[in-house]
Amino acid sequence: MGLLNREEAEALIQEVLEVYPEKAKKDRAKHLMVNDKKLESAKKCITSNRKSVPGVMTQRGCAYAGAKGVVWGPFKDIIDISHGPIGCGQYSRGGRRNYYSGIAGVDSFCDLMFSSDFQEKDIVFGGDKKLAKLIDEVESLFPLSKAISVQSECPIGLIGDDIEAVSKKKAAEIGKTIVPVRCEGFRGVSQSLGHHISNDAIRDWVISNRDGKLDAGTPYDVAILGDYNIGGDAWASRILLEEMGLNVVAQWSGDGTIAEIENTPKAKLNLLHCYRSMNYIARHMEEKYGIPWLEYNFFGPTKIAESLREIASHFDDTIKEGAERVIAKYQPAMDAIIAKFKPRLQGKKVMLYVGGLRPRHTVGAYEDLGMEVVGAGYEFAHNDDYDRTIKELKDATLIYDDATGYELEEFVRQVKPDLVGSGIKEKYAFHKMGVPFRQMHSWDYSGPYHGYDGFAVFARDMDMTVNNPCWSMFKAPWQKPAEEPEAKAA
Amino acid sequence: MQTVENIKPCFPLFNEDEYQAVLEKKRTYEERVSPEKAAEVFEWTTTKEYQDLNFARQALTINAAKACQPLGGALCGLGFEKTMVYIHGSQGCVAYFRTYFNRHFKEPIAFIADSMTEDAAVFGGQKNVHEGLQNATKLYDAKMIAVCTTCIAEVIGDDLGAFIGNARKEGYVDKDFPIPYANTPSFVGSHITGWDNMFEGIMRYFTLNEMEGKAPGQNGKINIVPGFETYLGNYRVIKRYMKEMGVDYTYLCDPDEVLDTPATGEYEMYAGGTTIEEVKDAPNAITTFMLQSTTLEKTKKYIEGTWNHEIPKLSIPMGVEWTDEFLLKVSEATGKAIPASITKERGRLIDMMTDSHQWLHGKKMAVFGDPDFVMGLVKFMLELGIEPTHIVCNNSNKRWEKAMKKMLEDSPYGIHAKLYPGCDLWHLRSLCFTDKPDFIVGSSYGKFIQRDTLYKGPEFEVPLIRLGFPIFDRHHLHRMTTLGYEGGMYILTTLTNAVLERLDDQTKMLGKTDYNFDLVR
Repeated sequence: MGLLNREEAEALIQEVLEVYPEKAKKDRAKHLMVNDKKLESAKKCITSNRKSVPGVMTQRGCAYAGAKGVVWGPFKDIIDISHGPIGCGQYSRGGRRNYYSGIAGVDSFCDLMFSSDFQEKDIVFGGDKKLAKLIDEVESLFPLSKAISVQSECPIGLIGDDIEAVSKKKAAEIGKTIVPVRCEGFRGVSQSLGHHISNDAIRDWVISNRDGKLDAGTPYDVAILGDYNIGGDAWASRILLEEMGLNVVAQWSGDGTIAEIENTPKAKLNLLHCYRSMNYIARHMEEKYGIPWLEYNFFGPTKIAESLREIASHFDDTIKEGAERVIAKYQPAMDAIIAKFKPRLQGKKVMLYVGGLRPRHTVGAYEDLGMEVVGAGYEFAHNDDYDRTIKELKDATLIYDDATGYELEEFVRQVKPDLVGSGIKEKYAFHKMGVPFRQMHSWDYSGPYHGYDGFAVFARDMDMTVNNPCWSMFKAPWQKPAEEPEAKAA
Repeated sequence: MQTVENIKPCFPLFNEDEYQAVLEKKRTYEERVSPEKAAEVFEWTTTKEYQDLNFARQALTINAAKACQPLGGALCGLGFEKTMVYIHGSQGCVAYFRTYFNRHFKEPIAFIADSMTEDAAVFGGQKNVHEGLQNATKLYDAKMIAVCTTCIAEVIGDDLGAFIGNARKEGYVDKDFPIPYANTPSFVGSHITGWDNMFEGIMRYFTLNEMEGKAPGQNGKINIVPGFETYLGNYRVIKRYMKEMGVDYTYLCDPDEVLDTPATGEYEMYAGGTTIEEVKDAPNAITTFMLQSTTLEKTKKYIEGTWNHEIPKLSIPMGVEWTDEFLLKVSEATGKAIPASITKERGRLIDMMTDSHQWLHGKKMAVFGDPDFVMGLVKFMLELGIEPTHIVCNNSNKRWEKAMKKMLEDSPYGIHAKLYPGCDLWHLRSLCFTDKPDFIVGSSYGKFIQRDTLYKGPEFEVPLIRLGFPIFDRHHLHRMTTLGYEGGMYILTTLTNAVLERLDDQTKMLGKTDYNFDLVR
């Protein structure tokens, strides 16, 4: 089956909803839509950023995951304390592949886990004293760390601990920035509020640290916001910006440092890749420091070239020429990649269910390879994400918000895409179903996917998964239906 | 820059000069300390002085080797037929549990949450339980919903039993739909404790008020309780032994099918598992064998107290002697003889031990992991002539400590061993610098110690041998076996070949260390 038409897509949504009890059905119906490019705003067609339905298999995480896991974890010289019971720190260790350059345990701390390992007595008597002691221990064992963040797990907000007071007091004592982050897992409805809380914490506790003390920088200073350097994405992006003549003074947060955060107000333009997780701080810097910000897309040569030109349009001719030079430099390599992989991937259908930006941002990269996105959805998007998404997708594409495991499986069963791009929780169910699958959070342990160099890896990876022989071996010879050989013969 | 003939992923892409230059330039914005200063501090972290500071920690855990209760509760629920694991609390926890098992087993993992948010934190989670159970029973075609909790529900003091009772009364779920539950607070114990609690909850639910007419020995079977067990082969080897002995048994908690479904073109959410009927009949068994006896305290108490079983005093059946003891006890309890096939298997393991002893004798190995696993592993090491050195158990208990101490004192090979109960992997990192073992044996988390020790210099490197949970960075090792003689064979093969790989690594320099780079070993 190919792409559904509008009626078919709508009928499919109705069919999938049938299984739910009345209340859940009503709720879930609001989160599923069929794309209509004519719409100015997604508001009337889809509801997002609402509570997940209890007892239904949401794929979402929590505010802590959005804060510690996404925003804070990748800053390399900040020690993030998972404050509360042991689990959260353990589960969020090392899974996201935020690469950094540094000496782990000495000047970089991304792949260590720090926990206050709450016991019953900490719940009963409060954890503030433990936190204060723990900060001293961090300081004595890791003298080269530049800052500490306190990542609250669920109990902290429930037992009335005052981590702000502890942070202030200890910061004064040790002379380093300590940021209390109120990202308890029960706050909000998904990872998304954790991003927002983290942005606000950076606003309140970090960004203005050097106000009045910063030099003017150069006219070409920019900052990358919302690139977590997964598989080295930010490095494969940075190289292009520098080649066109810009100075990337800060990376948020992949391979970033606290000094880079503090120096960001020097930037002349903030470049925002993951809008969802960092638009808040971009808006704040625009308001407070007058720094404009620009969303860009470094997936696939078409979008990269568009973005490079748009970025350059904010600068003088040297940068504009730089952008053209960069585009021209990489064009032959990109042409060769497309010449090799497009014939192998042309016409293949993709369904995506990911996080912050990828369900819309990777569409262009798939299209560069001749592939078509026939379904897309987000775990934790807001309506402004869907506004941006409907423009990127074809009419009648399925769009699903906070999709449940069951909905995804049913959509895939009926639409029969050639590739599904989603996360580790979804991956193995689709393997069982014989649907080629790539993890699109962690790049399935590959990457980078950003930038021109990243697109080469992306193309290679999509090809290896779509065209691997394993997908054709699911049935033993004695299991094949009798009519199949005949059909083939005919 | 990429070329179509040679597309490079992160490694080796970022080792190229152009990217090294990018990183070098980035450094100018980072305000990092100088490489010299970093090197100096690194060296300091490898000293005894640093170790003393490190061991003086009272509040901070660094690089834990344990997880929290509901993870264990969830694994336990997976072992029952058509059972949906339902976690009362925040949804993020459930995303983490699923992910953790996805990465270890490379399998789909179906758990659901009732997604408590801020309002539930204030008003309690009863509404979530009601709506959640209603949806879950309608959607997932389960025969049982096994409920455990995250810390939010525990901290606010939700009364799970009452909530479920009210859900029945108010018609959100059928009166008789099986919903066993357990409180699994993350701030008590570890994932091991959570397994124990959930298991006891399930047993209690189906047997506490249905003991009439039940008595030990009536069904002629024995019960097997695995504990938090992640090696699929361990479920299978015990079943094979029972079959070969002709012993009728009930595996109480048996997830080896659901964690290993074939690729057929269809996703099956459920497969295999202990049935409710089997659980209800379990008190009628001759007795119950607990494979991880030091960590199943609550279960033991319940089975002894309610089922009146005399639970055999056994250690985990790892290595030769403890497998012998296990089989003898099974034989004694059931009157079934240990068949020649198992004796032959034992003989094969002993034969392998004679073949490989020269590579293992006197090797110094640090060990970390869950209590019973570490105990069994150390026991087998002592049988192999290996000298365990630093033994780290982040989630140990007093019983474990006492038993370990005795075992080490009783063996001449325990002379170098030191127990580090409650310690974490940053403690172990220090120990690997100041008192270098030949190898570390443990989960994937040990790889960072290998990396850090190598950084000091090749002669300081302590290679990791992957045995335990979780193993995220090697494929399919969870399918292997560590229990029984078969498990001994796998452990022995793994350890021996790690020693030989290491020797090859150290002797493969052409024209320099060719001696001892042997074809025959």
